[in-house]
Amino acid sequence: MGNLKTTEKKSKAQSMGMHTEVLTGRTQQKFFNPDEAENFYYFGTYDVDFNKRTDLDVLNMSAPEANKEIDNLMSQGYGTIVIKNPQGKHSLGVGILNKLNLIFEGSLGYFGMGSCDGPIVRINGRVGWSCAENLMAGKVVIEKNAGSCFGAAIRGGDLICKGSVGARTGIDMKGGTIIIGGDAGAFTGFMMQRGRIIILGDVGINLGDSMYDGTIFVGGEIGSYGSDAVDSELTSSDQDWLRRKLKVAEIGENFDLSKMKKIVAGKKLWNYDNLEPTEKKGAI
Amino acid sequence: MCGIAGLIHRGKSSNVGSELQGMLQALKHRGEDSTGYALYGDTDGKNFIMRFKVGENVGEGSSSIMEDVSVYDERKKIVDQTLSEMGAKIVKEERTLPYSLRYELEYNAKDLLEFSQKVESIPGVEILSMGKSLEVIKDLGNAKMVCDRYSLDKLVGTHAIGHARMATESGVDIKSAHPFWGYPFSDVSVVHNGQLTNYWNNRRILENKGMRFMSECDSELIAVYIAQKMREGASLQEGMKDSLTGLDGVFTYFVATKNSLGMAKDTMAAKPLVLYESDDLVAMGSEEIAIRSVLPQEIDTYDPFDGEVKVWEI
Repeated sequence: MGNLKTTEKKSKAQSMGMHTEVLTGRTQQKFFNPDEAENFYYFGTYDVDFNKRTDLDVLNMSAPEANKEIDNLMSQGYGTIVIKNPQGKHSLGVGILNKLNLIFEGSLGYFGMGSCDGPIVRINGRVGWSCAENLMAGKVVIEKNAGSCFGAAIRGGDLICKGSVGARTGIDMKGGTIIIGGDAGAFTGFMMQRGRIIILGDVGINLGDSMYDGTIFVGGEIGSYGSDAVDSELTSSDQDWLRRKLKVAEIGENFDLSKMKKIVAGKKLWNYDNLEPTEKKGAI
Repeated sequence: MCGIAGLIHRGKSSNVGSELQGMLQALKHRGEDSTGYALYGDTDGKNFIMRFKVGENVGEGSSSIMEDVSVYDERKKIVDQTLSEMGAKIVKEERTLPYSLRYELEYNAKDLLEFSQKVESIPGVEILSMGKSLEVIKDLGNAKMVCDRYSLDKLVGTHAIGHARMATESGVDIKSAHPFWGYPFSDVSVVHNGQLTNYWNNRRILENKGMRFMSECDSELIAVYIAQKMREGASLQEGMKDSLTGLDGVFTYFVATKNSLGMAKDTMAAKPLVLYESDDLVAMGSEEIAIRSVLPQEIDTYDPFDGEVKVWEI
């Protein structure tokens, strides 16, 4: 980690507009290095062939056994793995830091596809709470409904649910895109810090409560706005971006994008500690 | 944490004892301090079924004490005498465990309040359930252990709710285990996953209205709260909707009556629930794996939204 704080790497990444932060003290600062973009692999990841395909029946496996077997198959070069009989098991497909086509023929329980970076995943079923938590990159598509805390704290990638999702979707998200084909529950976008959420249907109470930044697009009715969530103008470039994203997500083909509502942070809660007590009251 | 599960067959009966055992056993990682069943069996509807206990099965943190079997025998005699004095005839008697009994009673009463008060005035006696169809069975251990102990796997009926408990707010014993009977209403039972933060305020109010609490478990409040609303003339669904504002905290709970099964979820949607609904079956649980134990094939399930109340009839 020591050499990652060099001035040269900082200035190069910063000159590309990738970030502006300068962290000091004991904080570990690991910046993206453009020169390593094509050569970067996590330790323990594999070079897989997407055309090399296999099935894995997890009916009689525990989640750790199933995840270990997925890792084993990737080590053999399998780039497309079809998981049979997931049967609502928890924590399947977690921690995959590899390029991979992963297909689940059925539903997942809690924490499915958590902490992943890179795989393309299709789940032909429903997912339980906290699906794809901490997703860094890749694409996860859920064909049916999803539980609460969908896409909690994701940093990047595309997370798509073609059905409806529970409460607190995108809570604490720091990047990436969440796309919902149906309705979403209460506290959607709660404390989100970056990234975008698209909901084609209705959304519950306290939308975007205490959001720091990021954008939420809603196609249907809004139950109520959370603290510091405000309307913003939907621009033509927003509509272009939405059109592209929905096409990638394979949903909302005929959706009238001009009717989308755009919600952003009012940013009154920023620097909260610096506000006077009366200002704090006003912000809430 | 705790886990809850329930199912209702519409238009037919099934082996609900075995089905609920499978659902609750799938949730045992959510808590196995105690497990409880509220089973609505097929009966001719003539006699009351009273499940009651004359002693405790004491676990960690319980305020109760283990007693000698002779004490249970003595209490049973007093119960029998009290029933006789009230004109209730014991048609069938089963004593599964020294402290746990099941009576079929021939008894004509519109209001079970007086009946229940008299039976429970006997120290150490608690009615677990009273009704023409409902049977509440609860004890320490996971779903399979309780099912085996009480031979529940053969019970045929239309619907059932159950609870796998991780004790957090009160001790490990039968009195704190779910389901709770909706005292003094025939055939009403409740299970709950969550935590109620205005338990003591509500308890004081309800006790002043003459309602009884047997434990210090916050979940018991829901049964008493709904029962009181029904006593005041509300329907089951109205009582449940009222609870969304009357009860403070996080909760998902089920209420069952002789002919219906309902669910309610708090306005924060903080507690999980997965639901499967078809024309002939509704199955729900804290996690999808509970539903999978009765429906292993690929099915469409969903999470009810915040503040949602649903009721299904058999």
